[in-house]
Amino acid sequence: MRAAALALLLSVAGSAAWAVLPDEVLVDPALESRAREISKNLRCLVCQNQSIDDSDADLARDLRLLVRERLTAGDSDDQAIQFIVARYGDFVLLKPPFKPGTYALWFGPAVVLVLAGIGARLYFRRMARAPRTEAAPLSDDERRRLQAFAEREGEG
Amino acid sequence: MSLSNHEVRCAVASMFDFKFGGAQRRLLYILPPLGFLALAALFWVGLGHDPGLIPSVLIDQPVPEFDLPPLKDDKPGLASADLTGEVSLVNVFASWCVPCRVEHPILMRLAERDDVAVFGLNYKDKPEDAKAWLAELGDPYGRIGADRDGRVGIDWGVYGVPETFVVGRDGRIRYKHVGPLTAEAVAERILPLVEELRR
Repeated sequence: MRAAALALLLSVAGSAAWAVLPDEVLVDPALESRAREISKNLRCLVCQNQSIDDSDADLARDLRLLVRERLTAGDSDDQAIQFIVARYGDFVLLKPPFKPGTYALWFGPAVVLVLAGIGARLYFRRMARAPRTEAAPLSDDERRRLQAFAEREGEG
Repeated sequence: MSLSNHEVRCAVASMFDFKFGGAQRRLLYILPPLGFLALAALFWVGLGHDPGLIPSVLIDQPVPEFDLPPLKDDKPGLASADLTGEVSLVNVFASWCVPCRVEHPILMRLAERDDVAVFGLNYKDKPEDAKAWLAELGDPYGRIGADRDGRVGIDWGVYGVPETFVVGRDGRIRYKHVGPLTAEAVAERILPLVEELRR
């Protein structure tokens, strides 16, 4: 009994953390879960690092309802997403789309890695080819100074 | 891990590569500061860039299809068809929006001009609040559409009020200003654009 009460309390506490309000949730669980997935990938334009699924902003709620409305009307996931993108641009997508304008974004890190690899290869190759010169033997004068230094350190 | 004498010497030698000719060596000295300057310039530009400003995808597109009921009894509502024929400004406002109050005097001045029509899109507002607001501050709008649920606002890509759109005679959106209008923005961007669109 106590465990059940605790479980109930925890489940209520958990749901309180959602931005999605009970009156927004669709009756059809399949549609609702599709709506949740779509919402998680759409940026809230008011608080830009949150998805509309996370955000309490008014506009986020309106967009959540709009996504649900599109799905209920029979849109595919892509169609519902495109509906929002047509109004707010690619910026609403939390994951940037793959197209010529974003190639620098997607390939940039790989290009930097390749360039760094080429640089490192050239560097190590040159290092390997550098002539290995033996250090010249100590002269008599150097030997005496070293001896004197060692003795001084030994006393102290 | 300690470097042997040889390794240190090689590293130093390759840093100031003595095998390079004069020109290549000079390039090697110039490259790092150049790289630094390029990065500094990039950051400097980035500092002046407001991440809150999202470019509109509707620029050069026809205005969205809409037909909004009037806010006031004595003033017509706003529909797509009203935005062709003359150059117009569509100002998205609400009584609950504090920056709207800031830009309001500028709109009043724009309303006196006869080269541009000023229309209002009252966004997610209670009609009585909006009417009281306009009664208090003055009503610069030739037409006002009441967008109570904000759906038309979404069709226009509105994400923060106030926003102001410049619409050409052909009914295409030519410019979008996000945030309160400033005298500077009006003088430097909006009015020259209106002038251009009238031609």
